[in-house]
Amino acid sequence: MRKYSVFAVAREALRGHKGWGPHWASPEPRKEYDAIIIGGGGHGLGAAYYLAKEHGITNVAVLEKGWIGGGNTGRNTTIIRSNYLYEESMDIYEHSLKLWENLSQDLNYNVMYSPRGVMMLSHNIHDQQSFKRHINANRLYGIDNEWLTPEQAKAYCPPLDIAKTARYPINGAALQRRGGTARHDAVAWGYARAASDRGVHIIQNCEVTGIRRDETGRVVGVDTNRGYIGAKKVGISAAGHSSVLMQMADVRVPLQSQPLQALVSEPLKPIFPCVVMSNSVHAYISQSDKGEFVIGAGTDQYNSYSQTGGLQIITHTLDAICELFPMFRRVKMMRQWGGIVDVTQDRSPIQGVTPVPGLYLNAGWGTGGFKATPGSAHLFAHLIAKGEPHRLAAGLTLERFRTGRLIDEAAAAAVAH
Amino acid sequence: MLLIYCPYCEEERSELEFRGAGDAHIARPENIADITDEEFEEYFFLRQNPKGLIFERWRHIHGCGRFFNAARDTVSDRFYTTYKAGEPKPDISDILQSEQNKGAAK
Repeated sequence: MRKYSVFAVAREALRGHKGWGPHWASPEPRKEYDAIIIGGGGHGLGAAYYLAKEHGITNVAVLEKGWIGGGNTGRNTTIIRSNYLYEESMDIYEHSLKLWENLSQDLNYNVMYSPRGVMMLSHNIHDQQSFKRHINANRLYGIDNEWLTPEQAKAYCPPLDIAKTARYPINGAALQRRGGTARHDAVAWGYARAASDRGVHIIQNCEVTGIRRDETGRVVGVDTNRGYIGAKKVGISAAGHSSVLMQMADVRVPLQSQPLQALVSEPLKPIFPCVVMSNSVHAYISQSDKGEFVIGAGTDQYNSYSQTGGLQIITHTLDAICELFPMFRRVKMMRQWGGIVDVTQDRSPIQGVTPVPGLYLNAGWGTGGFKATPGSAHLFAHLIAKGEPHRLAAGLTLERFRTGRLIDEAAAAAVAH
Repeated sequence: MLLIYCPYCEEERSELEFRGAGDAHIARPENIADITDEEFEEYFFLRQNPKGLIFERWRHIHGCGRFFNAARDTVSDRFYTTYKAGEPKPDISDILQSEQNKGAAK
């Protein structure tokens, strides 16, 4: 891999930028791999990268049915934070946030991680009590999170309307300063490039159509539209399609697939300094480096694989955005899209072994998987390499739905679901 | 936004009037206190989450207020049919067949 640096940029500038070459190789699939990861999003590519880097397993393939970063990795609103309530959640999201902080250096690829602060608006006494509980839990666990008065919130984010007569009055906010955003495509591309450099095969347009097992029930490989590929270990990291893949191995999982929408505005000059989220009115917004406002809406109420979503969901979100930030009322929206998120009943992810030996699952990240990308990938690699979960992911098992040890962020999460 | 036909009101109305209520035809075990953890997980948490035909419940919450069932395709979001609660699963192949015949007649 050619190292990217200021010298490389200078050299290429003199040569008319003709020497850059592709980020990653596109090899023909081998007959057999040590491990296969299904799903070429951030989580899957990252897991392949950490398998090669930290566990020395380089005979790995990432199978992607579409193109790299074309799924939810390229469809989210790029928000990063770790201010969750429960220890299981704080463990994994904080692990992830720490990896975000050095990811660009680690990958030698600028993922544009920008710790610009994530501010969550409180609109009523219930929000206030809930957020303060989060803040206290976070601080006791060593995670930064602080309470702001409405005036402090306005000072941190000047476009905010804190008038007492506002449609959604603001009585304070929780701020995680280390939270922020990153460039989602760059995360996928950076991981793909770094994994490919370490010998991982990235195989696009390769859809898995079956999971083969031997007579003992152990995984032996996968059938794809490019033929059979053998592997002793298979990791599923396919977001909204995880349950479809698990059913190929005759395992039912507690996942529901729903469309989650996002949209962007026309590009404007820099005006919005942080990420703002509001649970009660269900809206979240930030400004990308291109100048577009990136706005996230809620999930549709029904299961679907359509990658579109209903118009009433985004109009509801925009109504709220216009009330919170009256100066944005005449901004034009440019594009809208949906991603298929896999939601568990306790709104916490599943990462662990499955009833099928050799088959590992990383799913259920629901509406908040992007922020977890490095942490999830890092721990998923550990799971695949060692065959058992890392300490930080030990609570995220599939069995919790049987034992009843749920991680009930659905009721207590700082994010609207 | 979906247009949904309420089998009680006998009218097609916008999705705004309805509330989705998850998978249909899931019977609560009558001996709920006696079943094993595996059986409870199966009843309470595990769902098919099909890519394709799904049978699901809807409630016409801002209309007649009643629950009914629907057969829908989760890829196209198209409703094949809706039917009253308590009625058996309809045979979708008949619906598809009759539509194909209509298409052929044209």
